[in-house]
Amino acid sequence: MTTETHDTSTPRGLPDWAWYACVPLAAIIWWALYNQLIPFSEWATSLFPVARNSHTGEAIVFFIYDVPKVLLLLTGIVFVTGVLRSWFSPEKTRAILAGKREILGYPLAALLGVFTPFCSCSSVPLFIGFVSAGIPLGVTFSFLIAGPLVGPVGLGLLYGLVGWQIATIYLVFGFTIATVAGFVLGRMGLERYLQDWVRELNAGPVGDLPEEQLTLVDRLKIGIDQVREIVGKVWIWVLVGIGIGAAIHGYVPEAMMLRIMGGEAWWSVPAAVVVGVPMYTNAAGVIPIVEALLGKGAALGTTLAFMMSVIALSLPEMIILKQVLTYRLIAIFIAVVSAGILATGFFFNIIL
Amino acid sequence: MKTVKVYGPGCKRCETTEAMVKEAAQKLGLDVEVEKVTDQKSIAMAGVMSTPGIAVDGKLVHAGGVPDAVKLEGWLSA
Repeated sequence: MTTETHDTSTPRGLPDWAWYACVPLAAIIWWALYNQLIPFSEWATSLFPVARNSHTGEAIVFFIYDVPKVLLLLTGIVFVTGVLRSWFSPEKTRAILAGKREILGYPLAALLGVFTPFCSCSSVPLFIGFVSAGIPLGVTFSFLIAGPLVGPVGLGLLYGLVGWQIATIYLVFGFTIATVAGFVLGRMGLERYLQDWVRELNAGPVGDLPEEQLTLVDRLKIGIDQVREIVGKVWIWVLVGIGIGAAIHGYVPEAMMLRIMGGEAWWSVPAAVVVGVPMYTNAAGVIPIVEALLGKGAALGTTLAFMMSVIALSLPEMIILKQVLTYRLIAIFIAVVSAGILATGFFFNIIL
Repeated sequence: MKTVKVYGPGCKRCETTEAMVKEAAQKLGLDVEVEKVTDQKSIAMAGVMSTPGIAVDGKLVHAGGVPDAVKLEGWLSA
């Protein structure tokens, strides 16, 4: 390799000092905008010729307030997460997990699942990379469950839209589900339900990838790239989610919400899971709906169960995992995770 | 003549990476054969856990995202 000078920034990109100036400036602008959301939404709503307290008026206020808010939060969270995650990689995570005792592996895998950068399109190579390095199947599942379930986008939006109390509850229970479900799956001895070719794989020469040296500016660039990629892909789900949230907020009567999703209706928890599992959206799309549901008096346990089942279990991911897992194993996986979600839902409906 | 393998199941970033490799090779005037590996099993067996990954002449040099253009030229001309 040719000897490189310390200046590895791309010639056509911004010089380093511009990055150091622009990022704090962008943070200040972000903060200023975030603090103008209420006056802005009130002004924008006044442009519509509908009464503020009519059904339609309520729905419009919800929509106009939430769209810029969620997009701002999403941009901020994705950027910060992208930068932080540049210190982690699946390779490093695997090296950490491979040497650990199994019992420590579950919580550690759940924790690393939150921080390791990971795209669902590489679920399969990641799965094989873990299992072939001798990481127990259950520990690998803990990692795969925690990644989406307790992702920073979901937590950050819950914090911003619903409040820190519920965000904290979600974090604690999401983390527990990932740990315990992985443990239970690990105890069940499911290796025989892997696809044949996966079982036959011997730990191949797993890539000894040279670690790339990243400067702080490289990491900031990764953050920007993440914003471009994720916000560019997710914004449509955000609009749909807020639209549904607005409709609930404006039009659904509270009495009806209490009957369907109230704490008295015990069957609402399993119903929420049954509705949530096949629903495919992401955290950014579902949390405005959660916000509206809770605002109308839906029980916390039922709402958490709905949210967790939408985020944790998605059909497209199961289709990807079908390449390494048999149907039977996928069914067991869904059943165990759903059981954890149901338990969480019932727990909160009973204690509150 | 170098052989470059781009590992990726076909997501957008993998296509970008493939195009970048071709562009860099052209820019450097190198005779490079680019092979795209989309089969999940082959990707995993090559030791790639996060796609896209790049191997030059059988040696893995990068995984986990669209590469930096300058670094890519470095790998190709090494």
